[in-house]
Amino acid sequence: MSSTRPRLATAWLGGCSGCHMSFLDLDERLFDLAAAADVLFSPVVDAKTIPPEIDITLIEGAVANEDNLELLKHLRERSRFLIAFGDCAVTGNVTALRNLAGGPMLVLARSYRDESNLQPQIPTELPVIPPLVDRVVPIHQVVQVDFHMPGCPPHPDLIWYCVTELLAGRVPNLTGKWKFG
Amino acid sequence: MSVRTFTLNDQLITAAAGQSILAAAREHGIAIPTLCELEGLSTVGACRLCLVEVAGSQRLLPACTTEVQEGMTVVSESPRLKHYRQTILELFLAERNHVCAVCVSNNHCELQNRAVEQGVTHVRFDYLMPTLPVDMSHDRFGVDHNRCILCTRCVRVCDEVEGAHTWDIMGRGFQARVITDMAEPWGDSTSCTSCGKCVQVCPTGALFDKRATAGGMVKQPSFVKVLQHARARKESQ
Ligand code: SF4
Ligand code: FES
Repeated sequence: MSSTRPRLATAWLGGCSGCHMSFLDLDERLFDLAAAADVLFSPVVDAKTIPPEIDITLIEGAVANEDNLELLKHLRERSRFLIAFGDCAVTGNVTALRNLAGGPMLVLARSYRDESNLQPQIPTELPVIPPLVDRVVPIHQVVQVDFHMPGCPPHPDLIWYCVTELLAGRVPNLTGKWKFG
Repeated sequence: MSVRTFTLNDQLITAAAGQSILAAAREHGIAIPTLCELEGLSTVGACRLCLVEVAGSQRLLPACTTEVQEGMTVVSESPRLKHYRQTILELFLAERNHVCAVCVSNNHCELQNRAVEQGVTHVRFDYLMPTLPVDMSHDRFGVDHNRCILCTRCVRVCDEVEGAHTWDIMGRGFQARVITDMAEPWGDSTSCTSCGKCVQVCPTGALFDKRATAGGMVKQPSFVKVLQHARARKESQ
């Protein structure tokens, strides 16, 4: 593990995992990525702990619960370059639509009690379920973000362009390459 | 026709008397970003995206409502203007709920396009996330207040081209809303002719065809210019 190769991480917060699907859609380029860098921590890597030092971290999803918040803060502390990866991380997007229903209890009541016809109950007592934060927010409202990569999801070509530019030590120039949605 | 000569971005440009800076710039292939302006409708200077620097004026002036003056010096691209344009777009995006991924106008939205063109990759302000209604009472069309940027194109096209004046604006500031008739459901409107002009000119997904799903709403706002041109010709015959 003591390689000097670039260290990459990805994380999945309050999002649908679509950004990670788009990441996997790099297809053959995943081999090139594996040849150029170590992906140390990610939903697609069996790592239980966050590595102490990361060069580039891609964050999918908005901050929706306490787990998201904690993971984001830890990754920020350990990452040299942190990217808001996709619209939920960048804007809150669909994940943040929950805010329109009100605070956590109203959201849980709406989802688990009001719309349920079989054993309506709000799963707040179970310790396995992380408490919801009051308001879903994009990640740059919680930590410093070095780069925003919008898209729902960002196209694999855009992901590849950004990651390869960063690996080459350059800040990607998104002009004409991106959009929201 | 009397002419006015002025300087735009170091280029000497001749305009017709009474022409706006925006119209003159367009004629010379110089693009200035706009949202509320639409060729064929009156100009109101609502969105402020077309602000330009005019020598001798402390304030920035909207190119769509400012007439060309003889000898004036105008700059339409500068770091200062870029900063203001980005800020304006970010405020639009923060004020209501523009969730591109699930919007009927995704990929065909003027607000979305302007944000990309001006390099707005994120919004620095807190999202207000107001709870706003969607009125689906009309047979064919819907209005989603979450997407409205209060450009008043719908108000103007309905009044100036269709002659119905079904649409108007109620309230002030961030509480302003587009309304039909006396703030009644659109479906109950007795003045609406169901012509759909408002839907076609709306720059965002605020007004839409009820059959449209996410990304399905493609609009043709250029009909206004053609229609107004045809009418002017008929009148001059
Ligand atoms: S409904 Fe559309 S056209 Fe009317 S003011 Fe709102 S954004 Fe403009
Ligand atoms: S286009 Fe000039 S103010 Fe909107």
